[in-house]
Amino acid sequence: MTDTPSALGKDLVGLEGLTKEQILAILDTAEPFKEISERRIKKVPVLRGKTIVNLFFEASTRTRVSFEFAEKRLSADTVNISSTGSSVTKGETLVDTARNLEAMHIDMVVMRHGSSGAARFLAERIPSNVINAGDGWHEHPTQGLLDLLTIRDHRGAIEGLKVCIVGDILHSRVARSNIHGLLTLGAEVAVCGPRTLMPPLPEELGCTVFSRIEEAMEWADVLNVLRLQLERMEGGYVPSLREYNRIWGVTSKRLEAAPREILVLHPGPMNRGVEIDSDVADGPQSVILNQVTNGVAVRMAVLYLLAGGQPERAEAAKQGGEG
Amino acid sequence: MSEKMLLRGGRVIDPSQSLDEIRDVLLVDGAIAAVAPTLDTPEDARVVDCTGRIVTPGLIDVHVHLREPGEEHKETIATGAAAAAAGGFTAICAMPNTDPPIDNPAAVGFVAAEGRRAGMARVYPLGCISVGRAGERLALVGEMVDEGAVAITDDGSPVMDSGLMRLALEYSQAFGIPVADHPEDIGLSANGHMNEGVVSARLGLAGKPNASEDIHIVRDLLLAELTGGHIHLQHVSTRFGVESIRQAKARGVHVTAEASPHHLVLTEEAVEGYRTDAKMNPPLRTQDDVDAVRAGVADGTLDTIATDHAPHHYDEKEAAFADAPNGIVGLETALGVILTRVVGEGVIDLPTMVERMSCQPARVFKLPGGSLAEGGPADVTVFDPAAVWTVDPSAFLSKSRNTPFAGWELTGRPTMTIVGGRVVWSG
Repeated sequence: MTDTPSALGKDLVGLEGLTKEQILAILDTAEPFKEISERRIKKVPVLRGKTIVNLFFEASTRTRVSFEFAEKRLSADTVNISSTGSSVTKGETLVDTARNLEAMHIDMVVMRHGSSGAARFLAERIPSNVINAGDGWHEHPTQGLLDLLTIRDHRGAIEGLKVCIVGDILHSRVARSNIHGLLTLGAEVAVCGPRTLMPPLPEELGCTVFSRIEEAMEWADVLNVLRLQLERMEGGYVPSLREYNRIWGVTSKRLEAAPREILVLHPGPMNRGVEIDSDVADGPQSVILNQVTNGVAVRMAVLYLLAGGQPERAEAAKQGGEG
Repeated sequence: MSEKMLLRGGRVIDPSQSLDEIRDVLLVDGAIAAVAPTLDTPEDARVVDCTGRIVTPGLIDVHVHLREPGEEHKETIATGAAAAAAGGFTAICAMPNTDPPIDNPAAVGFVAAEGRRAGMARVYPLGCISVGRAGERLALVGEMVDEGAVAITDDGSPVMDSGLMRLALEYSQAFGIPVADHPEDIGLSANGHMNEGVVSARLGLAGKPNASEDIHIVRDLLLAELTGGHIHLQHVSTRFGVESIRQAKARGVHVTAEASPHHLVLTEEAVEGYRTDAKMNPPLRTQDDVDAVRAGVADGTLDTIATDHAPHHYDEKEAAFADAPNGIVGLETALGVILTRVVGEGVIDLPTMVERMSCQPARVFKLPGGSLAEGGPADVTVFDPAAVWTVDPSAFLSKSRNTPFAGWELTGRPTMTIVGGRVVWSG
């Protein structure tokens, strides 16, 4: 690994503020890393000797496992810490955790936290690289990146595509990372869902707004369908899951009625029969499992780049020529 | 043997007497003895050269959180009163949302006594509107007034029950005190951490819409109109709120109101980067709202400038934004911020500033002072309008440092604070 500064800076806190070149560098770096996961021996020595802590203040299976595979396949030493909060407040825990990590000379921290801004908070306080694995409603940049990579895989390029994010935009860090990443790469972005689940002034974020799914599907090349969390119904944002499915659900009938063949993404975990019907999720237009596969490659790319790796050397690094 | 002090040659600004001239001010035995173009120096008088300085009736802050009892790690009555003196304030009004809350006459007496013991800025207690600040039934308003409460409020929280607010506005009339309310419809704002708008959307933080404040302001105005009671609306931050108060005053409703320095100079943009020192309630809003609050202060719709000084321990603010408490300290920056950014930008002139920070606070809360009229208390603020200084929170006398103004270069700062003829602070 080289000592030159990372192409991304010290941390990956969000896609907001990254340049087009930086985002493309991550996607391009992910390409050669995809192949590692297909080998019989899925390990290269790129991050040998690096210590990484996966710090999850919120429950997560998919993202945590994806990061862990990415780290292990690059030969990093990893430790997982899960905490769902205790008698001390979250803020106090976070400061103290930061100080403890600093004292242990950790190279990188992958953090998920329930509060927006938590990743930046940590990044400003420790010298280690910080990767945001989701902070409150703010951003989930590696999810945004894997969505971009998956769209690019299937459509060749992002620029000029019409991508609509469907569902609970208000509470969604996935939505915010997608909006920033897609706009930076030149896509047109729309959001669609009940007004109760829209952030204030979505147009100011650069998005077209559709209140009905039929209008969105008339317009879109790609749909990124967000999970509708059960607690949103309990919170009164939507009256019932059945009604949500009937009005905003992505169904095969609606897909067939659309003027174009729409690519369907979903960050998981899915509520089948709520935001997406099973025959769509399992159908030919769904790329949901490709997203999962790409998640590992994108996270390997981010880890490699933050550790100082150069995008153009990723292929060589993968062959074990640069450890 | 009498105590005499002569403030020589300062520009004396006292809107209560429509005075803005170079004058000498003589203080004798804790009272204003004379204000005249030139006064002979009594033999035994201490003479303070005030050339180039501005001499005003002592500044009064009607909205301060002193945290005692219960949260003495943030502030005490003594440290808060000292911070006030260092900021040029000769009197402050202590909010009753302590732990336990100041909802009974003994507690009111405690705050008043501790304030006297501190011997710095005068400390006037407010009592709670409701028992335990629970918003359910009226506290012992009359007995609290007897012990020195100058107004009642459940500040920190609004009175959500309109029926209870009506009772408070009716019952308080027997004692001639204002009912101060923190206007916020909790149903619209409870989960919010900042202004609801484009910045909150981008940062992924739950917002408090202007409507949460506007609805409550309008409700309070209607109840004041219904009852004839005196409503004092705290820390008004929205355009619609200011305009509603202006209209109500024109109708003759007995309403007075405050603006906080931060709502006069900062917008929601200050939250960028999840800066917890820009987190307060009501939140920093948009430039349009700032413009309206400025217009309200300029035309008197908003009677007073009050800091909403809200100390928090450093480690409480050292947290992710949503996990940090609301509030910033203000006593030691208010005068400099207002001189630099409100007077300095031509929003109001110096006499209007003195009106909003001294004369009107005294009138609204019926406090001594707010005037240099002969015979009144010798509560005087002297400041240097040209002194350039940089805000250094580590130098605050307050126990807390949570300010968004750290590092700001300001022009104008107090040089002497005199309470009852005694110099309680000079610098």
